[in-house]
Amino acid sequence: MCVAIVTDARYPVSCLPWAGEWRAIDVFRYDACAQFPEEVVMASYSTSEFKSGLKIMMDGDPYTIVENEFVKPGKGQAFNRVKVRNLKTGKVIDRTFKSGDSVEAADVMETDLQYLYSDGEFWHFMNPETFDQVAASASAVGDAAKWLKEQDLCKLTLWDGVPLQVEPPNFVELTVTETDPGLRGDTSSGGNKPATLETGAVVRVPLFVEEGEVLKIDTRTGEYVSRVK
Amino acid sequence: MNAVTPWEPDAPIALLRRRAELLHRVRAFFLDRGLLEVETPYLSSAAATDPALESLRAAAPGGGAPVYLHTSPEFPMKRLLAAGSGPIWQICRVFRGGESGRLHNPEFSMLEWYRPDWDHHRLMAEVAELLQVVVGAREVRIRSYAELFAPLDIDPHEASSGRIAAAAARRGVEAPPGLDRDGLLDLLLSHVLAPDLGRTGALDFVHGFPASQASLARLEPGEPPIARRFECFLEGMEVANGYHELADAGEQRQRFEADLALRRARGVPVVPVDERLLAALAHGLPDCAGVAVGLDRLFMVALGATWLRQVMAFSFARS
Repeated sequence: MCVAIVTDARYPVSCLPWAGEWRAIDVFRYDACAQFPEEVVMASYSTSEFKSGLKIMMDGDPYTIVENEFVKPGKGQAFNRVKVRNLKTGKVIDRTFKSGDSVEAADVMETDLQYLYSDGEFWHFMNPETFDQVAASASAVGDAAKWLKEQDLCKLTLWDGVPLQVEPPNFVELTVTETDPGLRGDTSSGGNKPATLETGAVVRVPLFVEEGEVLKIDTRTGEYVSRVK
Repeated sequence: MNAVTPWEPDAPIALLRRRAELLHRVRAFFLDRGLLEVETPYLSSAAATDPALESLRAAAPGGGAPVYLHTSPEFPMKRLLAAGSGPIWQICRVFRGGESGRLHNPEFSMLEWYRPDWDHHRLMAEVAELLQVVVGAREVRIRSYAELFAPLDIDPHEASSGRIAAAAARRGVEAPPGLDRDGLLDLLLSHVLAPDLGRTGALDFVHGFPASQASLARLEPGEPPIARRFECFLEGMEVANGYHELADAGEQRQRFEADLALRRARGVPVVPVDERLLAALAHGLPDCAGVAVGLDRLFMVALGATWLRQVMAFSFARS
C-alpha cells in the first residue's frame, strides 16, 4: 500500500483533522486522505539536506544516514558519499549520490510507547494518549527485551507503522528475584556478585543487595546504579 | 538556563597565530621573487560558466541586474596580464555555493598567481616549492592523468563510460545514475585514486587532463588531444589546479557557450559570460601559466587538522 506524508505548508500539521498527539509529520495511509489528494506528495530529500540521522529509502528498505561526506573535485562533478545503516537488518553500507539528486524520505518516526506485555512471539506496546497498539518482533526488540517492564515508556522506531527498533528507558527499576545471601552491614566493600532481576536480566550488584529489593539499572551500560527505597 | 549563542571562533587563537605565520611565509615567497601583488573585485557582473561551480548572487548596489561573488580571481587577473602587469599574485576569499563539508566551506582563502612566458610544467615546479614552504619538505612526484589511471586498467582518454563504471564497481564504488563520461572519471578520481595521493611524505602532481576537462587550459594537439592542465594532491586532498592558459578569444567564447549549453541541459542557472575577459583575450593575453591554491587545506596539513573549519577563525556555520 502506498504511504504518503503530508508536506503541504499551507496547513500546519496541528490543523489537520487527523493530527493526533503524534506530532512531527503524521504518517498515514494514502486511502485515509483521499479527500485531500492534492495535498499528498512523496516526501524527498536533496543531498544538500543530508546529515546523520536522516531516514531515507534505498532499494525498498529504510536506512538512516550514519555519515555524510561531501566530495568534489574543484572543477568537476560533486558527490555525497554516505554511510547508511539499514534499519531492518542493521547492516552499514557505503553509497554515493550525485550532489543535487533527491532521494525518497523513509516514513520512519520515533515515538514513545508504553510496554504492555509479551506473548512469547511479539512484544506489545501502546500509545498512552490514543491507546493505539503495535506489536514488535523479536528482531526489533533485540537486546532491549531483558530490560522491558510493564508500563515503562520505550522509544520505538516505526517504519510504516511497524516497529523496527525498541529502545528501553535509560534507567529502569527492577526487583531482584535471585541472588546469593547479602552481607549485612557491608555497604562499602568493593566486592560484587551476580543478581537475577524480574525480567531475567543478570547484573553485577554490590554484596549487600538482597532478594526482593528494587534496583535502579542503567540500560545503556547494563550496570547497577543504586537501590530504590 | 538560557542557551548562549555560540560566538567563539572555530579555531583557537593559538592556532590562528600559527596560521598567520604560515600566511607570512607565503607572502614572503612572492615578495622574494618580485611578483606584483594585486587585488581584484570580489563582485562581478559576470560569473564563472563552469557548470560545476555555483556563483553566489548578491543584490547590485543601486538596483539593476544582480552581481556575482567571484569563485576565483582568474578573469580580472588575466585582464591585468593582458594590460601588461607582468607576473602577479594575490590572496583573496572566494565563494562557492553548495560546497560544504569536512573539506569544503562556501567561502575560503585562495592563493592565485600567473607567470608570463612559463608553461604549466615550469609552474608545477614553482608550486611544489611554494607548497613545501608551508607544509615542509615532501617527495615531489609528477604523473600524467593517463599514468594515474593505468593501475585501474583504464585509458581515461579512450575508455567507454561502461568500462569506467565497471572499474569503479571493481573498487567497491557503485556509480550513481546519470553521470556522463567525465562524471565517471571524476568518480574514480575522487573516490578511488585521490584518497591515496600525496600520502607518506609525497606531493603528487597530475597533468595532461582529458580535453573534455580542459576548463581554461590550452589544448595540446595530438591523438588524443590533451589539456595542458595540472592538479596537485596532498594528503588525499586536491590543493592546486593550474593551466598553461588558453589565450585564444574565439576558443574561449566557444567553451563558455558549451558550458552554458550544459547548464541549460542540467537545469542549473545560466549566468552572464565575462565579455571583458573575452575582450582582453582578443586584445592579447601573454603566453602564461597560472595556478590556484586552496590555502586552508594547506594549513590543515601544516597544522594537523582533519576538518577545514579547524583552521578557520569562523566557518560558515558560525559566520
